[in-house]
Amino acid sequence: METFIHAYSWVDIRFLLQGLWVTIYVSLISIALSFVVGLILGLIRYTKIKYVSAIVGFIIDIIRNLPLLLIIFFTYFGLPQLGIVTNPTTASIAALVIFEGAMLAEIVRSGIGSVDPGQMEGARSNGMSYGQAMYHVVMPQALNHMIPALLAQFVSLVKDTSLATIIVLPELLYNAQIIYSQNTTYLIPMYVIIAIMYFVVCFCLSTIANYLQKKYN
Amino acid sequence: MWQIITNNWGSFLTGFWNTILCSIIALIFSLILGVFFALLEVAPTKFGKIVAKVYIAIFRNIPLLVIVMIFYLIVPRYIVKLSGFQAGTIGLTLYTSAFIAETVRAGISSISTGQMEGARSNGMTYTQAMRYVILPQAMKIVIPPLGNQFVNLVKNSSVLAFVAGFDLMYQAQLIAFSTFRTIDTYVVVGLFYLILTLPLSYYMRHLEKKLAQ
Amino acid sequence: MKKAKRFLLIPLLFFLCFALTACGKRNNQNVYQKVKESKHIIWGVRADTRLFGLTNVKTGKIEGFEIDLAHALTKQMLGKDATASFVTTTANTRIPLLKNGNIDAVLATMTITPERAKQVDFSKPYFPAGSSLLVPDNSKIKNVKDLNGETVLAVKGTTAVNDVHKFEPKARVLQYDDYGQAMSALKANQGVALTTDNGLLAGIAQENPGYKLVGGVYNNAPYGIAVNKGQKDMVDHINKALDQLKKNGTYDRLIKKWFAGIPGFSLKGVLK
Repeated sequence: METFIHAYSWVDIRFLLQGLWVTIYVSLISIALSFVVGLILGLIRYTKIKYVSAIVGFIIDIIRNLPLLLIIFFTYFGLPQLGIVTNPTTASIAALVIFEGAMLAEIVRSGIGSVDPGQMEGARSNGMSYGQAMYHVVMPQALNHMIPALLAQFVSLVKDTSLATIIVLPELLYNAQIIYSQNTTYLIPMYVIIAIMYFVVCFCLSTIANYLQKKYN
Repeated sequence: MWQIITNNWGSFLTGFWNTILCSIIALIFSLILGVFFALLEVAPTKFGKIVAKVYIAIFRNIPLLVIVMIFYLIVPRYIVKLSGFQAGTIGLTLYTSAFIAETVRAGISSISTGQMEGARSNGMTYTQAMRYVILPQAMKIVIPPLGNQFVNLVKNSSVLAFVAGFDLMYQAQLIAFSTFRTIDTYVVVGLFYLILTLPLSYYMRHLEKKLAQ
Repeated sequence: MKKAKRFLLIPLLFFLCFALTACGKRNNQNVYQKVKESKHIIWGVRADTRLFGLTNVKTGKIEGFEIDLAHALTKQMLGKDATASFVTTTANTRIPLLKNGNIDAVLATMTITPERAKQVDFSKPYFPAGSSLLVPDNSKIKNVKDLNGETVLAVKGTTAVNDVHKFEPKARVLQYDDYGQAMSALKANQGVALTTDNGLLAGIAQENPGYKLVGGVYNNAPYGIAVNKGQKDMVDHINKALDQLKKNGTYDRLIKKWFAGIPGFSLKGVLK
């Protein structure tokens, strides 16, 4: 018990909170960017533009089927070879955006697919262009359908930031490891508290997801 | 790139084999656990519902890596010795089972309550109705999403690299270091993962389409 | 038909992979010219090794012998107003980062080996390290020969992995991403000993009562500062600065500051 009290000194907690902050801010930026990427890629994939959609679709399939850890290695070690210098933060964000963007594209595609095609035809016959019909009629409904899946994916994204410890992103898990590797009696207190921190963040997001799922189904 | 493959063929194969082995073991046990907790959640007992909900909430909202680390660093010190491969596989099983439980529960809920009542009024017990009427239909619905969980499981098995689990990713890191050809090695390993995951996801998409008709 | 198209794309993907790897161009810029103009050197260091480079939880900064040495070298090479910044590396990230140009030089407990010398250029040795073993106080392991059939823990990409295999081929080696994880694994009884350089182990032993170094140094593994292959200017200037630091006493002062009184570690042969 005493170990727990020592382990949760203000110095350690502050260090963990700094890690939590990195986790949250990397997650937020990645969520925002990957949502945009996912939306665009999903639309391209859905609209079936000759060749473009097939190629985009195939690339999405490749990315979706690779472990995120591998994509983190590619952005950290690979991008600099193409002339883009990365640090752990930018490399993690890039990897998360690429990976989660591809996952979201699939959700967006099936979300649009779930809207009755009659809606599109109806809007078109009322004189709307394809783009207008997509933007005003189909997308709002599709977004409603996909909100639960989107949020579930965002929860995954928050959890997945922990993998970036491998390229020394100073996020929550990494900072906890630094603390307990300097004083190994703190091993259990550290895992207890970071499990709670991750749980609180993700559970809030999951609860919203479940609530919305009930509301829209 | 061929050189990397031919010079390290043995290492790649060991990794490939361990990744497959870990995935299959984790799949079997997470299916059993997942279905069990899904049934517990829909069962008409309050206690069971709470247990299932807590279990699912815990393992869905804590990163897999944290779960695996707990099994690798804490459990062996106090309870039972676990190797990296064992700790990784156990962590992966528990983590995936929570997602499977959610999927199966959603599948069961989507079968109308009328079916259950009908079966019960025909003299079946709750267990019989579940076993012969509800579950077979639910399983059909949840096969595509379960397939996706399996693809995720294969990808997630890469966390074994953190605990010296001798999986593909662990071998890749060692090869990348000893050959100094980082990107080439990871491209090769990426292809190994795709051999496992790509056919599976295409087959699942095909199934999904077929079931939708 | 659609399926056929999909499969046609697979060769395309392979082509893409090869193209991506092929255009991994060498960084040909003269690093010394670059750091001289910017009066700034980016050092790759470790953040997980007590005495050499360890994150201070209070300040979030890395502290250790190598950090102090990096500061001193920077000032010696580029003048009093020059600055140094640090990028955390691990044994398996430092060479790719150096080759990619993220960092100018690696000062991260890196042993000079012939294989590595094919990839990077080394300075003169700045620390005479050697592989050793860390075991629990009650362990039966006395030296590297006792590892026959046992499991040894190490860090990915360190020379100790090869050393163990060389001296005791029947030992099984498990490898981790950093020393924090490897030591935690030792405490979780995942192996009977942790092997790496004596200086690192001394730092770990200091922080973990109940563990000791045994068997002395079973293989010499002096540390060198690494720069990208072909950066002769940078190597020459680092060597010159290192000599000057040794002459004016700064080097000895730093060694004493960090290593004096560390159990299981002798200053003999380190000090000039």
